[in-house]
Amino acid sequence: MVLVKIIIILGVILLVVAYLTYLERKVIAHLQVRIGPMRVGWHGLLQPIADGLKLLVKEDIIPEKADKWVFILSPIICLVPAFVVYAVIPFSQHFYLANINIGILYIISISALGVYGIVLAGWSSNSKYALLGGFRSAAQMISYEIFLGFSIIGPLMLAGSLNTLKIVEAQSGVWFIIYQPLAFALYLIAGIAETNRIPFDLPEAETELVAGFHTEYSGMKFAFFFLAEYANMMVVSSMAVILFLGGWKGPFLPGIVWFAIKVGAFLFLFIWLRGTLPRYRYDQLMRIGWKIMFPLCLLNIALTGIIYYLFL
Amino acid sequence: MDEEKRAVESEFAEGDHSLWEDNPIVKKLREIFPEAIISISGLQPYPDELTIKVKKEQIVKVCQFLKDDPHLAFNYLSDLCGVDYPEREERFEIVYHLYSITKRHRLRLKVSVKDGEPLPSVIGVWQTANWHEREAYDLLGIPFEGHPDLRRILLPEDWEGHPLRKEYPLMGYNSDTKPD
Amino acid sequence: MVLETKELLLNMGPQHPSTHGVLRLLLYLEGETIVNSDPIIGYLHRGIEKLAEAKTYTQFIPITDRLDYIAAFPNNLAYVQTVEKLMSLEVPLRAQYIRVILTELNRIASHLVWLGTHAMDIGAITVFLYCFREREIILDLFEMVSGARMTVNFFRFGGVAADLPAEFYPKVKEFLDTFPAKIADYEALLTQNRIWLARTKNVAVISAEDGINWGLSGPNLRGSGIKWDIRKANPYAVYNKLDFEIPTGQMGDVYDRYMVRMEEMRQSTRIVHQALAQMPDGEIKGKVPKIIKPPAGEAYSCIESPKGELGFYIVSDGSEKPYRVKIRAPSFVNLEALPLMLKGGLIADVIAAIGSIDIVLGEVDR
Repeated sequence: MVLVKIIIILGVILLVVAYLTYLERKVIAHLQVRIGPMRVGWHGLLQPIADGLKLLVKEDIIPEKADKWVFILSPIICLVPAFVVYAVIPFSQHFYLANINIGILYIISISALGVYGIVLAGWSSNSKYALLGGFRSAAQMISYEIFLGFSIIGPLMLAGSLNTLKIVEAQSGVWFIIYQPLAFALYLIAGIAETNRIPFDLPEAETELVAGFHTEYSGMKFAFFFLAEYANMMVVSSMAVILFLGGWKGPFLPGIVWFAIKVGAFLFLFIWLRGTLPRYRYDQLMRIGWKIMFPLCLLNIALTGIIYYLFL
Repeated sequence: MDEEKRAVESEFAEGDHSLWEDNPIVKKLREIFPEAIISISGLQPYPDELTIKVKKEQIVKVCQFLKDDPHLAFNYLSDLCGVDYPEREERFEIVYHLYSITKRHRLRLKVSVKDGEPLPSVIGVWQTANWHEREAYDLLGIPFEGHPDLRRILLPEDWEGHPLRKEYPLMGYNSDTKPD
Repeated sequence: MVLETKELLLNMGPQHPSTHGVLRLLLYLEGETIVNSDPIIGYLHRGIEKLAEAKTYTQFIPITDRLDYIAAFPNNLAYVQTVEKLMSLEVPLRAQYIRVILTELNRIASHLVWLGTHAMDIGAITVFLYCFREREIILDLFEMVSGARMTVNFFRFGGVAADLPAEFYPKVKEFLDTFPAKIADYEALLTQNRIWLARTKNVAVISAEDGINWGLSGPNLRGSGIKWDIRKANPYAVYNKLDFEIPTGQMGDVYDRYMVRMEEMRQSTRIVHQALAQMPDGEIKGKVPKIIKPPAGEAYSCIESPKGELGFYIVSDGSEKPYRVKIRAPSFVNLEALPLMLKGGLIADVIAAIGSIDIVLGEVDR
């Protein structure tokens, strides 16, 4: 039974991730007065599948001077954690894989592993652009991992649990976004940075570092990084929904539909930002993180604690 | 070749050059550097076509003066280039186009050098001369003395010959036309 | 323990997404900070100046299209004007106005390409497509007039090749009426955007004195606060009959250069409006000999191209082919000052700086 669930979830996630790339291309296209992919299938609906096939049969180049085994391993290190975390995400009240007491902690710690993949990819490519991209992402992701962790302490205090199901149940009356607007904003910024999206897409800033850490990758290995990035976007969105927007809760429609709608809204936001904003510079990104976000995170925790102690 | 046979007496055939003598720039230069000026010419009736040919030893001094003098204030080097006249003894003519952003006037300076003879660089006067001189070196083979970084600029380091010299064939050297 | 740092040499280009063609930059880095840099050019060198000596004067006009290939009309104008000076040719007033209209439209088109690529380099991809949408309209206008979108080959000695077609006027009016709103659109995405400000303010600064000393021209020098525009300083064509402002900046940073070019697009719109209203009827080509043989002599003439001072120095020996053509390409000179702007900046600033000086490699390498 569990195995069936795993296959269903993995299959659906893979499909959704693939179609997320399609969605991104279409939405960005319409933001930019273009029409996007139209050729493959009706309105280009089969485009992700064509892309996937193309990447699958493409020549897979390993640079001569690369560290071969690390070079091969790093996309896998990047991809696996991005999918493993779905184990504890409750898509609805009854549809989830594992119900463990440290759900949120599990997500954060597993997804933190993904950064190893990026750093190792940058290092093993033996290319200067990739190396700089790897350095950048190491600094960026480790820093923003911290803010991500700190920003969700507020809602966790309110819920009194790390269990994802219990956190959602705790929002039966009022969503935590009402109590924790600051934490929500901080989480969102950290989440965008964590997934290397514009305006924080420095590790792969294509106009500066060509393609950053995955400059030397091609074929399926490149696709792995690509999938990992989009899977991470979904994880960050799902976590936001669980922590701040009441998970699957909502009137009339079944839980899983509500969950999908909320996650979809976040994904749209990610894409919308990409269509609108320029990119920060590396030093500015670090400054924002440590000088603005970090104190605000601490402030939010302290405030939540005091109010919780005094009034609840 | 037809081009080579051309009469290259482009030494400003027409026009009365004494008209330029009233020009304040000419007056001033005559006063300060009576020795340096070789000839004065320029297409009439355009005041911005004033052309003064000076001795090459004096070029840096003249440029520095033109730049520093508050009434002339040629603070801007528009362009610097070389022209090849193979049948002259001093075959290269280096042309400086000066401009004054404050006074809005132009002046053309010229010097002549023999093939291979070094010419003092004017980088000390205008920084922008750097690339212009490199280009003249690259395309015509004029060496500039005192240039900090005299390398080829448009052509690769191992290029043979200097394309803007008149004897350089239009299609470049191939195995037949290459000189030994 | 003190960690030893080693200088990293990063070779940027000639194939790189944001070196705007085939520019190659050697960057000497300490971490991500630039210690020194060296632009390597010449990858697009086609020997245009040598080619000129083998072509007749008329045959060389289409080749000037290929210099700054996103602004062909100004190239045509600068060259044609120099030969006219050599030959003392008269250009009818109507032809002068047509030249001004097309050159100013081309200035807008060129600035649009600059803005789009510059914004995209800094990560704002949408602006790029907005800019190209408007540029497309201008290119359609060019096609209407000359039959070509980019390599127009339209100006002739003593005039222009043809009169403006009747369908040109309503189209250009429509464009001029809608364009200011479009500029407002771009500005809404960038001018007040905090990220844009953070990326462009105080980045790649060059002072006015340095700018003059290094030969900067055009919007790059005006960004440093020098109010010098050849259209006003030494008017050519009919610019002295037109009313327009010269925008300047103060700091000489990327942001000021951006603001100058944005305002220039508005001013160009104004100029085209006026020129269309003032344009008289009449001849489009003056009296020109059948064979173009300028008398022996030399002339230099320059215009304010979208990039800066574009000048042609032509030496004639009295034959039908120029003896020497030297092109004073603004991009070439502007690029020279790049290392000065980059020193002490970060890699991300290199991108902003290259974008802000608006070079076209076709003109740099010639």
